[in-house]
Amino acid sequence: MNTSGETASGDHRSPGNQPGAEHAAFSALLEDSAEDLYEHAPCGYLSTLMDGTIAKINTTLLDWLGHERGDLVGRRTFSDLLTVGGRLYHETHFAPLLRIQGEVSGIALELRTTDGGRLPVLVTSTVKTGADGRPLLIRTTVFDARDRRAYETELLRARRQAEREREELMRLNATLQQTLLPPTLVNVPGLDVAAYYHVASTDMVGGDFYDLFPLSAGTWGLFLGDVCGKGAAAAAVTSLARYTLRAAAVYDPDPAAVLSNLNTVLNHEYNGHDPRFCTVVFGLLTPEGEYGGFRITLASGGHPPALLLRADGSADQVDTPGGQLIGVLPDAHIATATVHLAAGDTLLLHTDGLTEARQARTADGDRYGDEALLDFARALAPTTASDAVAAIRDLLDTFGTGIDDDTAVLAINVPRPPSEEQQ
Amino acid sequence: MDVRSRNRVTVTGRAGGPVVVLAHGFGCDQHMWRLVVPLLERDFTVVLFDHVGAGRSALSAWSPERYSTLDGYTEDVLEICRELDLGPVTFVGHSVSAMMGVLAAAREPKAFTGLVLLAPSPCFVDDPANGYRGGFSAEDIDELLGSLDANYLGWSGAMAPVIMGNPERPELGEELTNSFCRTDPDIARSFARVTFLSDNREDLADVTVPTLVAQCSRDAIAPPEVGEFVRSRIRGSRLVTLNATGHCPQLAAPEETAAAITEFVGATGR
Repeated sequence: MNTSGETASGDHRSPGNQPGAEHAAFSALLEDSAEDLYEHAPCGYLSTLMDGTIAKINTTLLDWLGHERGDLVGRRTFSDLLTVGGRLYHETHFAPLLRIQGEVSGIALELRTTDGGRLPVLVTSTVKTGADGRPLLIRTTVFDARDRRAYETELLRARRQAEREREELMRLNATLQQTLLPPTLVNVPGLDVAAYYHVASTDMVGGDFYDLFPLSAGTWGLFLGDVCGKGAAAAAVTSLARYTLRAAAVYDPDPAAVLSNLNTVLNHEYNGHDPRFCTVVFGLLTPEGEYGGFRITLASGGHPPALLLRADGSADQVDTPGGQLIGVLPDAHIATATVHLAAGDTLLLHTDGLTEARQARTADGDRYGDEALLDFARALAPTTASDAVAAIRDLLDTFGTGIDDDTAVLAINVPRPPSEEQQ
Repeated sequence: MDVRSRNRVTVTGRAGGPVVVLAHGFGCDQHMWRLVVPLLERDFTVVLFDHVGAGRSALSAWSPERYSTLDGYTEDVLEICRELDLGPVTFVGHSVSAMMGVLAAAREPKAFTGLVLLAPSPCFVDDPANGYRGGFSAEDIDELLGSLDANYLGWSGAMAPVIMGNPERPELGEELTNSFCRTDPDIARSFARVTFLSDNREDLADVTVPTLVAQCSRDAIAPPEVGEFVRSRIRGSRLVTLNATGHCPQLAAPEETAAAITEFVGATGR
């Protein structure tokens, strides 16, 4: 096999090294007998009968284990060489698989050595069959896997660590999210209120927020908004927005003034390379004397329009055209609208996680959209705060994984008088 | 979820013949029976299935609540029998499935004409205080979990997409060498605990249907005295020791295993 090599090297013979001698030396190396190759191969070899009895085993493996050949051949089975746990694994996984498919490769096991140690190995076995297809014996190679096992153990440890940290992160996110929302909605006399927050991802804190709180002289403030972005940085803005809105409402409850103050604060805080902004709708609720019901003045900064679901079964958007994102411009334009909420009327505020959701049932995953939501509201009206929120929850469920963004909904309703309900 | 797809139920063999349900044990799936099925299907209606979490069962049906004890698996067996509505069956349970058969037959004896307990063990862990030798210690079982983990890297990366039925990469199914007996690593850990840490010794006395205990000659998992223990606790049961060695006689000696099942069904069918 190296005759061509000999010819090629013909011109480069050194005087003291005859060509014949070089050839002979090389051949002697190659004349490694098959027997020697088997016995001293750099991996363990063994052959077993179908019942596992060791029929043949090479010197390499005997040396690794510290056994004498006579101790094993004809006396012990392959699974006798394994640790007890490894034997269970062998009997329940390895052996059946080997019988079924005729070979099994790269299985990690541990062999017991005579000095009480354990040798991590990777085992591959094939079944040799006779001419009639009947299995005759099992041939197995065994590779020393100490280094590799140490590496894999480290990988497994790192993976477990990552899983634990992810769980911790999810817990932290959930906790942080809770601090950004009121633990329970306050009780407003003469008003039925309900809210829901849908978390799209447990890995990232979302930026949606809402609140409902008392102001002076029997009036109430409410807001619902969406900070651009996700994660810790967005959560910081959410927190700032939430407390600014509450403080600003105490200072001057005029809804446009409240949002204007928030705009100024966000501009001052994030005026550098990292502008932060949000969409918000802020409402001032004032009870309407002897008639019951509430007057609501809404101010919107770039937020999707609220929906008014009336007692008569009609529903419309409460348009606040021209309201600009809060936090972008030094003087954002803020649009306001006033609506009257009579008995049986429901006002529904939401963030765009709902209308931007992709629909699983359409092939191209169309966004749900404002029009569809308005149709949904028209079908729903008349309703109550809790029924409206429950209906939105069911709607969100139908989107499944099509929801990319968190969704917040807040509904307020003036209950019908009990006499009317009974009719 | 539909029971047939949940457990990947397969019905084959002679329609109208006596019904034999074959239940695989821990570590594999219904492929375990591939060598005995051809020997049984001439005479019997043969029912095969995968336990939830194994083979091609619906992994989404697995929950730690239902499957953290043998009860959930036992309930599955009874649901399969009800769903198929084939009348009383002979239930052949291998290894841990033998105990599912014991529990199922105790709960609904009318659903069974008989039980074949193949390489059974009611308790793998030794109980020296009561003079019981199951063959293993609790530490040994921990070591098995270690072996499962050691093969986790090798198995899960390539296996998981296939197990999860990843439709975008069907080629994975073709490339895999170890394409039988698939299992999700986390479910395998749970099933290992259920299999090796359950103690059903007290339940054996509740079996009232005819029972054949078939053990192997040299079984590293279920020692001979365990087979004798099972026979002694089930009234009227019979013990046969197969020539087959190892823990899986249905693979090592399919003819002998099929013959034992056939003879038992013939004897109990009358």
